[in-house]
Amino acid sequence: MRYIDEYQDGDKAREIAAQIAEVVGEPLAFMEVCGTHSHAVARYGLSEMFPEQLRLISGPGCPVCVTPPEVIDAGIELAREGIWLAIFGDMMNVPGSQGSLSEVQAQGGQVRVIYSPMQAVEWAQENPHEQVVFMGVGFETTAPSVAVGISEANELGLKNFTVLVAHRLIPPAMEALVSQPDVRIDGFLCPGHVSAIIGSKPYQPLADRGIPCVIAGFEPVDVLQAVYMLARMCQQGEARVMIQYRRVVRAEGNPIAREKVAEVFEVADCRWRGLGMMPDSGLRLREKYRDFDAEARFALDLQAAPEPPGCECGAVLRGAKRPTDCGLFGTACLPDHPIGPCMVSSEGACAAVYQYEAVRDGNR
Amino acid sequence: MKKPQVITLAHGAGGLLSQQLIAEEFAPLLMRGGQGLNDAAVVSFGDIRVAFSTDSFTVSPLFFPGGDIGSLAVHGTVNDIAMMGAEPRFLSLAFVIEEGFPAADLHHLGQSVAAATEHCGVTVVTGDTKVVERGAADGLFINTSGLGVVSPQADIEPARVQPGDAVLINGTIAQHGTAVMCAREELDVGGEIVSDSASVADVVRELIAALGEKVHALRDPTRGGVAATLNEVAGLAGVTIEIDQAELPIAPQVAGVCEILGLDPLQVACEGRFVAFVDGSVAEQALATMRSLNTGREAAIIGEVTTAGSARVQMRTPLGTTCLVQMPTGELLPRIC
Repeated sequence: MRYIDEYQDGDKAREIAAQIAEVVGEPLAFMEVCGTHSHAVARYGLSEMFPEQLRLISGPGCPVCVTPPEVIDAGIELAREGIWLAIFGDMMNVPGSQGSLSEVQAQGGQVRVIYSPMQAVEWAQENPHEQVVFMGVGFETTAPSVAVGISEANELGLKNFTVLVAHRLIPPAMEALVSQPDVRIDGFLCPGHVSAIIGSKPYQPLADRGIPCVIAGFEPVDVLQAVYMLARMCQQGEARVMIQYRRVVRAEGNPIAREKVAEVFEVADCRWRGLGMMPDSGLRLREKYRDFDAEARFALDLQAAPEPPGCECGAVLRGAKRPTDCGLFGTACLPDHPIGPCMVSSEGACAAVYQYEAVRDGNR
Repeated sequence: MKKPQVITLAHGAGGLLSQQLIAEEFAPLLMRGGQGLNDAAVVSFGDIRVAFSTDSFTVSPLFFPGGDIGSLAVHGTVNDIAMMGAEPRFLSLAFVIEEGFPAADLHHLGQSVAAATEHCGVTVVTGDTKVVERGAADGLFINTSGLGVVSPQADIEPARVQPGDAVLINGTIAQHGTAVMCAREELDVGGEIVSDSASVADVVRELIAALGEKVHALRDPTRGGVAATLNEVAGLAGVTIEIDQAELPIAPQVAGVCEILGLDPLQVACEGRFVAFVDGSVAEQALATMRSLNTGREAAIIGEVTTAGSARVQMRTPLGTTCLVQMPTGELLPRIC
């Protein structure tokens, strides 16, 4: 049974929880940047194991959630116009300002959930008379496979494949978060998968600013260990970048994957839902690959679209509010009819709290 | 609750949206006789209670490791009948075939149906074949209906589920859904995951014979998985069900695939599994009975019914903490990273 292994061991977990309690004195707030961490925290009830002074806050690490509404709208518009759309599954039910892609699909739009960008390339290859657009959403984790897909399409000379590029980069967002006046962050649980690509170095500027960073795995014991490492650094007045997730992450990351990304993409200023425009916080296609840019091919004009009224996803994404602080949470906004993306993506903070912690019908 | 403009795939996924669709569109018009929303209806002819059920089958791909749409269509309806404590006897079989469908595939499916009916001891007594234009069906759909006679010893009704009941399952979870997903997307997971598609009628028969009315409720966790089944029963009985993560049987490979794709194994469909709610005093006996048969050899006691009055499902984690198990919402979608 793989369901329980050493990283889900109850005794080990309680032992670390006791160690955490020993080193936490002053109130501390750590941000788990990655949505998969938020999910693990809620799923395993980890907050129950922390001392009262310690609080984990969810951050912007849900790729679907930080994708600004205008990108979703652009995808919906393309699908309505008869363009074939390939997407990661998480995108399907995210509300744009006019419905979601699942609704467009139900109305006859060609929207296909794919597991890897190469499937989108193959779809284009098999259907030369259709225009296939892949929605390139995600952080440093997905960008390498999208880059590989684009260079493959380039080598195949595909004229009917483009990418709506909405890739975002994690470290610039973290830097922006620590500058917020209304959110106190005493330490970062850094994302394990992203760090497997970028390594530990990009977090150094945060440590230099006095904020400890620990790259953490996703099992409950991983998260507890990483929290302990952060709390200990705080207690000792240290701020370093440490790797808890050593079975996957190396300090140098994955240079081959980064080269692939750098060949196809360049860093650009980008808009994030909740965080607004941030310098060097995303990717765009290099000049050489502009033929694969859906924005250019279909002359898309991505003007900032408004957030749904009452939706606090923006404040949740930057750690200023908890999901349950939102007036719509669990009442108007539910997984089956989400108002904002944080309730619908499997990595969304609201979805994690709703799924595992909250009680339906507002009895929370 | 907002009414949908169009029907989406999520309305057919066996979760919250499926429930809402039935409750809002069909139940008010059709449910006049006090029928419950069970896997099958039980109707009486004098002293004889007959279980009656229908199900339409659509799966992509039509052939998958461990089965195909033909055997699935037999097992699905046989199991729905068995869930009422009935012995499945007769089936109807209807094909909707898309123009251009390979005759050889149809032949294979016919053989698969025949083999499954023989194995389950049921007879196909009526049928229908329709061919529709290309594009009007995804290859082939099958509908089966079934009739079975309810055992005189059986008294199966979710409302009978009460605090103290033990919750059992006859084998590993999430197997069918992951097998089909891996086959459809040609995911290489370092070995084949085989669907659990099978009849559970023999295990149910033995369970009823051994425990009679101490078996309170039975349900097969198909679409929506074990999470949907437990939530349905919790809702119908008005009880809190607490399961123990450490006791959930799951194949390591299945757990791995679910982890990679970000799927909750509790929400993934089974096709040869059932959840049994039995009086707590006979839990071990129920477990031994289930394990004595092939389709129950990996059976486990996965939890218990704790309190009445509040319909909810929760799970003890290996850490000793507790999380909620919610009703799945709609389609299972793989996450990004």
